[in-house]
Amino acid sequence: MADGMKMRTTLQGDTADVKVLMNHIMETGTRKDAKTGQLIPAHFINHVVATLNGKTVLEAQWGAAVSKNPFLGFRIKGAKTGDKLVVNAEDNKGEKLSGEATI
Amino acid sequence: MKQILTALVACMLCAINIGAIAGPENDRKALLENHKKNLPKVKFEDYVLGALALNPDAKAQYEEIMSFPPYLNDMDKAKEMWEKPFSNGKTFASCFPNGGKNVAGGYPYFDNNASKVVTFENALNACLKNNGAPELKYGGLELTLLSAHAKSLSDGMKVKVEVKGAGALAAYEKGKTLYHSRRGQFNFSCALCHINYAGKFLRSEQLSPLVGQAAHWPEFRAGTDATSLQERFRQCQKNTRGEPSEFNSEDYNNLEYFITYMSNGLPMQTPVFRK
Amino acid sequence: MNQMRRTFLKGTGAAGTVAVAIAAGLLKPGQVLAAEWNKEAFGSKNMADAMKNLNIAGAAESKDILIKVPDIAENGVVVPVEVTSKIPGTTSIMIFVEKNAAPLVAEFELSNGAEAYISTRIKMASTSHVRVAVKAGGKAYTASKEVKVTLGGCGG
Repeated sequence: MADGMKMRTTLQGDTADVKVLMNHIMETGTRKDAKTGQLIPAHFINHVVATLNGKTVLEAQWGAAVSKNPFLGFRIKGAKTGDKLVVNAEDNKGEKLSGEATI
Repeated sequence: MKQILTALVACMLCAINIGAIAGPENDRKALLENHKKNLPKVKFEDYVLGALALNPDAKAQYEEIMSFPPYLNDMDKAKEMWEKPFSNGKTFASCFPNGGKNVAGGYPYFDNNASKVVTFENALNACLKNNGAPELKYGGLELTLLSAHAKSLSDGMKVKVEVKGAGALAAYEKGKTLYHSRRGQFNFSCALCHINYAGKFLRSEQLSPLVGQAAHWPEFRAGTDATSLQERFRQCQKNTRGEPSEFNSEDYNNLEYFITYMSNGLPMQTPVFRK
Repeated sequence: MNQMRRTFLKGTGAAGTVAVAIAAGLLKPGQVLAAEWNKEAFGSKNMADAMKNLNIAGAAESKDILIKVPDIAENGVVVPVEVTSKIPGTTSIMIFVEKNAAPLVAEFELSNGAEAYISTRIKMASTSHVRVAVKAGGKAYTASKEVKVTLGGCGG
């Protein structure tokens, strides 16, 4: 089940290749609203944590320069079929996204 | 003698019929021959890639982004729009043959009764209207997303626009004339860039050839900006310092008719990433 | 920010202090992992400051950091970047765009089998070097590659 995230995993031997696509505007805070001329406030994912069977494998801090609808690919050695991968993300407003996949 | 006369008359009628169909088909074949001079190494099926077929660095980025495109969540919404029943319980699928699968390649077509070109977006709105639902704004995000999903049901189908009969031919010819007309402050025509200079560079942009352009719309520009073909016409007109026409105008519909015919025989894929 | 976290993040005398703090119940293990967003590093307006705020000033140039980026970006808002560090013991990967107003783009901490490999898509404001830094075995290493970004026009 995913909430704002799509995940794809493949296993080659004992290395899991993980691809994640998140749904987020990743607003930099430097763009101006075309109509009002006001700066659109920054709104971006700034924290991502991935766990495999509950153990943290990846912890990331992001700035707003990660592209809109962020893509993240990473690999985990020592994975096996049935392992549970969970990715949690949070943005600078405290809003959360998450995704789960079974290797 | 009578036999010869009959044969001659029959032949003339044949010629007129052939002429009506052969006009666009001759145009398309001649166009392809012309493109081959500018783009000698591009295989026919690869014309759908446009300028990407000419630039491995650009094509590699396209393939990376297409492997997991940023617009997938938007396409989920688009699918929901397509599948959501109207108040009468029917869905969009009921308005098209085959539930909407493998139909988009035949659009636009010329409606002889209405005497005008019908685009795929026209068909979607007609479906809404016929089922008591409000039509969607041409050029708006909702219609573009809906169209993106609906056309994806025809992925792989070859474009096969038909031009049959005097009315259709006239609309096609109007579209063709628009394509070749110079307009705007730069005095550019579509043909100048996308036929004469196809494959060449305009500032930092490599110009795509006309053949193949219409096989993959709507698109997501920059990966996330849903864009219809007619929105692209407007952007291009603005880029060339011209006055854009309105969405669903007779001009744009005729232009779309002509342009799409020129992609006949090429496989469709909707939506796609473009820069 | 509490002093324990600051110490941990700056990487000085960390392990022992943190272990004691956890044992004493002053600091829960989860708190350490949920590190506070490095505002100073992400807010740095040039590479030197960004690297200083990440404690990697003086990182050595390395040929063992592989950066796969396009020569010319199709669109500067979505530039695919793939980083592989062949340096043994790589524990973190940082990605910068040198000429962006704020060069630091992202920082990744790897553990429990995560390979020294990251693939993502980033925004580049203009032609610039994409710089990568990694931490491995207590030291920092760096490499970069230029990506050209043209001001778009038509792009068919």
